Amino acid sequence: MMTTTVEATARSRAAPQRPGFFKRLFAEYGQEIVVLAAIVVLFAVVTMVNPRFISANNLTTIFSGNAYIAVAAIGMAMVIVTGNIDVSVGALIGVLATISGSLAVAGYPIWFAWLAPVLVGMAVNAIIGILVAYARIPSIVVTLGALSILRGGLISVTGGTWITDLPPDYLIAQKQILGLPVPLVFMVVLTLLAAFWMRYTAFGRSLYAVGGNAEAALATGIPIARRTVAVFVIHGAFAGLATILFATQLQVIQSTVPPNLELTVITAAVIGGVSILGGSGTVIGSTLATILFATIGSALIFVNVSAYWLRAVIGLLILATVLADMLRRRGRS
Amino acid sequence: MNLRSLIRHETLLALLLVIVLIVLSFQSDRFFTVDNLLNQGRLMTEIGLIAIAMTFVIATGGIDLSVGSILGLTAILTGVFWQNVGLPLPVAATAAIAAGTFAGFVNGVIITRFRVPPLIATLATLALYRGLAEGISQARSVRGYPEWFYVLGQKDVLGVPTQLWILLLAAVVASIILAYTTWGRTVYAVGSNEVASRFSGLSVEKTKLALYTASGFAAAVAAVIFVSRVSTTRSDMGTGIELDAITAVVLGGTSIFGGRGTIIGTIIGLCLIQALKNGLSLAGIKGDGTIMLIGAVLILAILASNLFERSGTRT
Repeated sequence: MMTTTVEATARSRAAPQRPGFFKRLFAEYGQEIVVLAAIVVLFAVVTMVNPRFISANNLTTIFSGNAYIAVAAIGMAMVIVTGNIDVSVGALIGVLATISGSLAVAGYPIWFAWLAPVLVGMAVNAIIGILVAYARIPSIVVTLGALSILRGGLISVTGGTWITDLPPDYLIAQKQILGLPVPLVFMVVLTLLAAFWMRYTAFGRSLYAVGGNAEAALATGIPIARRTVAVFVIHGAFAGLATILFATQLQVIQSTVPPNLELTVITAAVIGGVSILGGSGTVIGSTLATILFATIGSALIFVNVSAYWLRAVIGLLILATVLADMLRRRGRS
Repeated sequence: MNLRSLIRHETLLALLLVIVLIVLSFQSDRFFTVDNLLNQGRLMTEIGLIAIAMTFVIATGGIDLSVGSILGLTAILTGVFWQNVGLPLPVAATAAIAAGTFAGFVNGVIITRFRVPPLIATLATLALYRGLAEGISQARSVRGYPEWFYVLGQKDVLGVPTQLWILLLAAVVASIILAYTTWGRTVYAVGSNEVASRFSGLSVEKTKLALYTASGFAAAVAAVIFVSRVSTTRSDMGTGIELDAITAVVLGGTSIFGGRGTIIGTIIGLCLIQALKNGLSLAGIKGDGTIMLIGAVLILAILASNLFERSGTRT
């Protein structure tokens, strides 16, 4: 007992002198690596049980069918990094999908039907951001209210009817770029752009400062209130982009979104390594976490687990990941 | 200053409630009748019980998102224990409530032992408990409960809906505990400054563990009442009820950052939401419009109380 403690102390003292590449990589992207490893292991195991798991068809379902969640989780990750949260994004995506689909059916140009949800998403979240930053209402309260307003508004406007007869050109999520499904390309490109932006630009880095230590950020001249509004607006843009993928993946747009979509998006961000306390995490992690959930969901079907137990298993895995993360963090500090 | 702002928020809210009641009774003559008001009390009991426990949890700076799932799980277990396992209904319901309480205890252990932030811990168990409910039920519902069971959810005692007595009792007991016992004051202390509370020798972890367990218990009791009221069990029962409860609590003046909040505030918030829901539907406005209004009221109420508080501290 004694010796191990001494050894551990000695090791942690020695560590800063020559941090190896892998050690640095793990220190910075620990959670991302854990999630990635989980995906790889899961793929390997399930493929051994049932080789059809890695058929092109199934891979498309896993990646393309969930890309919109990953895109929404990018914006959510940014919001959470600044120490805020948004529980209204699911309802927002529902509203934006209805707006986009209605425009497309009404005969507006296709590009306008795609652009509208992005702009409306930014506008709605600008209001939320202003209430959080300038009226100083906690983001969970504002977005809880926004959730009610958006959800109620959606049902009263649509009356629960589905939008059908969408023009074929509008259905971008069913098309391909260079032989790859559009949602997959969207997901990868947006994730990389956002990750690069958060890692290497002054604006991106300032988000971590806002979430990590607001007072220090203010002292270094970062306009916290404006950054908060900005991050919500960007989050709104990603919600709009997610909407384009969500609205165009089927031939119809339902007036509902999957239940608890906002919680799925938040969970993806958090499991991907974004600290709920703000100040750390990356969007690569949130996208990997989305893929992990999708893989788990698909894997359970392939190993013949009853669909009724799906959510219980996913819940258990989320819990296991969270506990592992906490233990890892405790071991490091 | 704390006490003053407390009084302010709740007085403001009570005033708002009175105005809403007056306006709504002019909108429809069916609104301000004893029958209707008692019936509304019946409908708000489940959220009410959960919101009372949630007030404590949020007052410590925590949150419990898993209550809706615990409700669903307990409801399913009540049905399964009774019909599939063959236990007598009182035993089945008690066992199910014990299971729901245990689910809350597990939340507490994850939060206190592993130091997982409450939002994440209960987000994970939200998925887990709902998943267990779905897995156990296999999408079957249990119906056909004996007649006496419906006393709890559909009948009256002394002219007042049975469950309203339970809510009333819970509210009174909870108010006393929160306001007048050492344990209640500990809740505020933990919420205002956890580190200082720990250094002052308060048992922070024990308090939190007890609170999340209590939250599970409240959700479990709400589940049995829910089953009795609607005469059936389904695995999707209570979906989204966590957000309704949190809305009531926050509307009632409990600070989401902890350290502040009262049971009476939560109850007023609850009544306000229920009055709006019911009054507007009687006035011919559809449920969706009401949901929108509740969202707006939530934001505006906090905005107003923020403004009052700020002007109060400055002068």
